[in-house]
Amino acid sequence: MILVWMIGILLAGGFLCWLLARWNTQLSKWAALLSLAAGLLIVGSVAWQYGDTVRSQATWLIDYRINWIPAFGISFHVAIDGLSLVLLLLTFFLGLLAVLCSWNEIRERTGFYFFNLLWTLAGISGVFMAMDLFLFYFFWEVMLVPMYFLIAIWGDSNRRYAAYKFFIFTQAGGLLMLLAILALYFVNATQSGVYTFDYFDLLNVSLAPETARWIMAGFLIAFAVKLPVVPFHNWLPDAHSEAPTAGSLILAGLLLKTGAYGIIRFVLTLFPQAAADIAWWAMLFGAVGIVYGAMLAYAQTDLKRLIAYTSVSHMGFVLLGVFAFREIALQGVIMQLLTHGIGTGALFAMAGMLKERLHTRDIEKMGGLWSAMPAMGGMALLFTMASLGLPMLGSFIAEFLILLGTFPVQPALTSIATLGLIFAALYSLRMMQKVFLGPVKGASPPKDLTPRELIIMATLGISMVLLGLFPQPILDMVKMTVHQ
Amino acid sequence: MNGLQFEALLPYTLLAAASLVVILLIAFRLSHTVIQITGFILMCAVMVALLQASALLPVAIYPIFQIDGFALLFTGLLVLCVMVVGLFSFIYFEEREENPKEYYILLFLGTLGAAVLSISSHFISLFIGLELLSVSLYALIAYLRNRNNAVEAGIKYLVLAAISSAFLLFGMAMIYMETGSMEFATIAKKLQTSNGHSILFITGTGMMVVAIGFKLALAPFHLWAADVYEGAPTPVTAFIATASKIGVFAVLLRFFQTIGLSNYPMVITVFLVLAVASMIIGNLLALRQQNLKRLLAYSSIAHFGYLLVAFLPGNAAGVQVAVFYLLSYSITLLIAFGVITLLSSREQDTGDLALFRGLFWKKPVTAAVLTLALLSLAGIPLTGGFLAKFFVLATGAQQQLWFPVTVLVITSVIGLYYYLRVISTLFGEAVPTPVKKTLHPFFYLTTYTSLIVMVVLLCWLGTFPNDVIEYINRQLLIR
Repeated sequence: MILVWMIGILLAGGFLCWLLARWNTQLSKWAALLSLAAGLLIVGSVAWQYGDTVRSQATWLIDYRINWIPAFGISFHVAIDGLSLVLLLLTFFLGLLAVLCSWNEIRERTGFYFFNLLWTLAGISGVFMAMDLFLFYFFWEVMLVPMYFLIAIWGDSNRRYAAYKFFIFTQAGGLLMLLAILALYFVNATQSGVYTFDYFDLLNVSLAPETARWIMAGFLIAFAVKLPVVPFHNWLPDAHSEAPTAGSLILAGLLLKTGAYGIIRFVLTLFPQAAADIAWWAMLFGAVGIVYGAMLAYAQTDLKRLIAYTSVSHMGFVLLGVFAFREIALQGVIMQLLTHGIGTGALFAMAGMLKERLHTRDIEKMGGLWSAMPAMGGMALLFTMASLGLPMLGSFIAEFLILLGTFPVQPALTSIATLGLIFAALYSLRMMQKVFLGPVKGASPPKDLTPRELIIMATLGISMVLLGLFPQPILDMVKMTVHQ
Repeated sequence: MNGLQFEALLPYTLLAAASLVVILLIAFRLSHTVIQITGFILMCAVMVALLQASALLPVAIYPIFQIDGFALLFTGLLVLCVMVVGLFSFIYFEEREENPKEYYILLFLGTLGAAVLSISSHFISLFIGLELLSVSLYALIAYLRNRNNAVEAGIKYLVLAAISSAFLLFGMAMIYMETGSMEFATIAKKLQTSNGHSILFITGTGMMVVAIGFKLALAPFHLWAADVYEGAPTPVTAFIATASKIGVFAVLLRFFQTIGLSNYPMVITVFLVLAVASMIIGNLLALRQQNLKRLLAYSSIAHFGYLLVAFLPGNAAGVQVAVFYLLSYSITLLIAFGVITLLSSREQDTGDLALFRGLFWKKPVTAAVLTLALLSLAGIPLTGGFLAKFFVLATGAQQQLWFPVTVLVITSVIGLYYYLRVISTLFGEAVPTPVKKTLHPFFYLTTYTSLIVMVVLLCWLGTFPNDVIEYINRQLLIR
């Protein structure tokens, strides 16, 4: 029931924000902040309460199920294990920061903005806990529509185009997944005689290799679009660069993670054999993504597009690690999900802050900002280093574990992937140099971080360092899930 | 006719009486408000009579009518649609200061025609129902006769509908020649004994399919749809899009099921082609439309293509899904046309997308309502349209109809683009618009209330469809 509360608090909070904004926009911001803080408290308490259980037993921590549409065997079934819990923590944590990020940025239609923000987060949390495939699809769509509005209404100059592209790409993938879910549903029904969308029942279905391949393809395309895997990444740079700051933060920090989560939770467990058959190809796409994303990132002059392409590169590591089928690589993948969420989220927040001050995203028009804003420069340096995988920071642990896990399986592909780290150094340092070092451009020096912004960046920075120094608690949390 | 039959037929008698009452009212007390309110009460009475009759079913009035749970569902849906259309009509016609009274006679006659279609089990009643519907529609479409495109739309519909009626009659004649009967059940029996693959029967069915395809605006018989939707007064457009199509679809379903047409691969192929063509053509042509009414016309072509996918298997699950689909589709379209009615000015109907720009910031409630309707048409969760589309996909997947199902998925992605285009227009930058002349606030209140109620219903269908599904199942078992 506590899981329902997590979603409910966001849905209700969203409505509240919308209503309150009629009287007072300030009140609606506080409502958004408080509902996310309450949500974070709930997730935190759950993590605290089940801290020991999750380490020792492989059982699902919380399981809640009621009938929804019994005529079609659809139930409202939510459950969490260590993996879901970690991702839920990330969701509420980044959600809270996203609200803080948009505190001054959004001046128009504030109420509706926070409504959409909270509903997207509700959809994402739902995705991370749904254990009924129909419900999963349902939440998959619920996170999509408000995100579309966030981009289309509060985005930058080219927002319409970006929003269409985002919606249509994801929806196309989503509908194919729906077909695959239906196919699985009917295969299960003919075998067992029970019409159900329940994940745990569908785990037992035995598929002919040919059928399994087709059904898996449906799932995989949806997740590959979301992740994104290279040929399907086209929507990402547009959506990320046009979205408002909080939108980019949620897109990069959370939405991409739903794709990875889907692969780990559904593709690997429902179709183990078919997934193993395509492992080489998937890892190849992962390695290609790493190098290709990094190269394109190097060529960008738009700061947000640059960061967007680094996401493509980092998500390549996820794909590579998942299909290695090794415990250690999978642990790395989960670390990567967290650190990428935090690191890239921070970079997007920073890009938003720069845009607020300079009214441009073009890095050619920036330069020498360190002298005017040393605090932001320092923070930027930290996250740039994280992005290129400096030891002591979380991303290093993640990428190291992934490479360690994949090397025995596919040495050649892993070597290519390692090249990505060098490219990462190139694009990260180039960005740092262009923006913060070099001769000063522009007439008036911009203001340094305000206390609110400092809180956001410092929180992200501290968690990044903590993940780099003490990754063990997180690894413990997901140990049993990964083990299976 | 015995008492039981009389009671079962009472809703239909009341519907017929409704138009007579309106005629008498025009003769004695010529007030739009009175006619409007009386009409509404009469429709409520029809609903009550339907609920009363539901305990007695099934009742056959041999040989022409078959009143069963199936008919009850469709008639109920029809009457609900007409109630809402009637509400919208008031503010629409009151504002135009043309004589709107005869309008209600035609509206109720058209409804009677559609309702007769849903209970007919004989070619005669089929034809009478269809003609009642069509003839009322000729006049309704061209009702605002001072407008050029209204007259054009009326003539277009008249010519094409007359041709399609001719096709229908010819098809019926052929089937009659082959089987010697005009009653569905007897035809089915004759066909069973004479292994029914005769050319005459197939050709006759083909002819009838042409006529039905025209009425449902299935591609390639869709050419009238966009012009008629645009030219007709908006409440009439809503009537064509919902009530008239529901009635025709009901009789199609009954004919199809009684005869067992799903056993003829030829017929299935024909419907498969119609479904796929409608999905593709409807969605592609809607892409570039600049007028919301035309856009909805093409979108409804596509939606009947989707509906045919559920209809193809010809089994009970298909019928159940079709009823659910029609329910959510009618609510959605009524909402959309209701919003257009509310926004229309005296001179013209608000169809042009440019007029909707920035509506959300001027009239948030109206725009939110329209947005939900469009999301429902696009099949996005939390709305009835999503579950309806999902059930259709499920029926198709169950019968392994992978080809139409895949087309459905691809075309809905294409369709998403134009729905999003309208939505993003609603949320665009606002432009100033002239202030409208206001009517008595009571009627705005009722219109708004009905819109809100329908939106709530739509979301309820999209989240808790279980009661409705069970009700539909229970009713369909009464036969």
